[in-house]
Amino acid sequence: MRLHLYAVLVALSTAVLIFAGGLVTSTGSGLSVPDWPTTYGWFMFTFPLDKMVGGIRFEHTHRLIASTVGFLILVLAVWLRLAEPRQWVRRLGYIVLGAVITQGILGGITVLWFLPDPISIAHASLAQLVFCLTIAIALTTSPGWKRAYAGRGPVPNDRILQQIATATTVLVYVQILVGATMRHTDAGLAIPDFPLAFGQLIPPSWDPKIAIHFAHRVGALVVTTFALATTGHVFYHHRTRPELWRPSALLLVLIALQITLGALTVLSHKHYIINSLHVVTGASVLATSLVLTLRTRRGSLDALAGSSGRDEVYGLHRDVRHARGHA
Amino acid sequence: MTTYLRPCLALLLLVLLGSIACGGGSSENAAPAPAAAVADPVNPETAGGLKGSIKLEGTPPAAQTINRRSDPYCEQQGEAKTQNFIVSNGGLENVFIYVKDGLGDMKFPVPTMPVVLDQHGCTYAPRVFGIQAGQPLEILNSDETLHNIHALPMNNREFNRGQALKGLKHTHVFTTAEVMVPFKCDVHNWMNAWVGVLNHPFYAVSGSGGAFDIQRLPPGTYTIEAWHEKLGTQTQTVTIGPKETKELSFTFKL
Repeated sequence: MRLHLYAVLVALSTAVLIFAGGLVTSTGSGLSVPDWPTTYGWFMFTFPLDKMVGGIRFEHTHRLIASTVGFLILVLAVWLRLAEPRQWVRRLGYIVLGAVITQGILGGITVLWFLPDPISIAHASLAQLVFCLTIAIALTTSPGWKRAYAGRGPVPNDRILQQIATATTVLVYVQILVGATMRHTDAGLAIPDFPLAFGQLIPPSWDPKIAIHFAHRVGALVVTTFALATTGHVFYHHRTRPELWRPSALLLVLIALQITLGALTVLSHKHYIINSLHVVTGASVLATSLVLTLRTRRGSLDALAGSSGRDEVYGLHRDVRHARGHA
Repeated sequence: MTTYLRPCLALLLLVLLGSIACGGGSSENAAPAPAAAVADPVNPETAGGLKGSIKLEGTPPAAQTINRRSDPYCEQQGEAKTQNFIVSNGGLENVFIYVKDGLGDMKFPVPTMPVVLDQHGCTYAPRVFGIQAGQPLEILNSDETLHNIHALPMNNREFNRGQALKGLKHTHVFTTAEVMVPFKCDVHNWMNAWVGVLNHPFYAVSGSGGAFDIQRLPPGTYTIEAWHEKLGTQTQTVTIGPKETKELSFTFKL
């Protein structure tokens, strides 16, 4: 249980880090600290607080939070190594540790190379994967996951739900990639009005920035459609399963919030707080969709990982018997 | 286990010591490359000049007060206004005027005296200026706060240097002609400056009343360009005779 709570803390701190990263981009502060890993020549943790001015407040704070999250993830990986019996969950710990180290290096490279778009976009995209991995660890170490949501039996093997939930998660991630590309190529206001585009449904003229911006808007519609389909399926077929309908409902709420924030980002001419909230809400949409997807695939994940033999470790045999009794 | 532990701890210690040793800010003094000696091709007996002014038609937007609360030091320096349009006596200041074409293959000596770009009162001084390729540019921090000086050229090498302490200097040499190279401070997002990098000394920046003066021009026919940070560029052709000083004016419209 303590490991699970710690994993939740790591996931939350990663969300805070993504918000801090959004602030750096939104305020144009990415190069306000020209050196890395030092800060104006100081060792990062000895940089004087009274010199945290202007854009440095955002960039240096982002670096401090990133270092803290990196350390938290290191502890998480070690803890999983020592205490987690499932090998595939331990592997998630190693993967997230490697990912966060890579993420830190990408962050340094993008500063030293003056924010080249591909590196900055890769930095933004990998951040979401690190967040997803911390979410996956928090979920798979949760008591609910281990007990297979006791009292209700294992999640039914609903292939349609598995497929549309997976598709939704993948599409949300693709949408985030498009959004990161839009942010880092300065295309956030390429279409200055909302909900129309230059007063029309389709932009009357095109250039690469308008195209990437419009793709992000179309992507929002596609994601919303898939999220509605997933949620509809859950509410119609699995309304007695709170572990499924809760994330489904949350997904819809977050998508509504995200579209509102996207509109406000344009209408406020990219206010840095709204813009950053849009980034972290996007990450939350992805995390929620991932949780739903993993829960629909819990049985196949355990079977794939060959962990069914360890069911007794978590007392699953009790829940399965219970489910059979109902059947 | 201890076999690996000791080298790892030693490496960690080295990294930490290295980081701490770098603490306290860095003095940057990149040495400029020496300019090759070139004889001055301008004959003072025949050289002419170009004088004129930059006019502005229309009413420029009122200067806005800049919010500088993000740095208490900058805020204490008093109120600062946007400087996109500085108009005096009907003339537009901070316009860069230069010979764009007409000098052929002439080579000119490169001054060794540095041009100084000062960060003072959380603004750049000057905001618009010119320099010859190969001439040292000395960037100075006169403020008791941090600045980063970030140049964003298209044809020269981009650089971004931190100046954490008052009095720090960084010398940079642009190697290729380029009009204009923007500078910005990412710490203080209101700080902007532009430099015109040329292979010759025939440039000026309009001052009070929009006046400018380019001297020692060899006789010839030239394309003259005027650049403004918001209004773009205008060009005119002018022919200078021996010992002749031509009047030239540009009018930018809003």
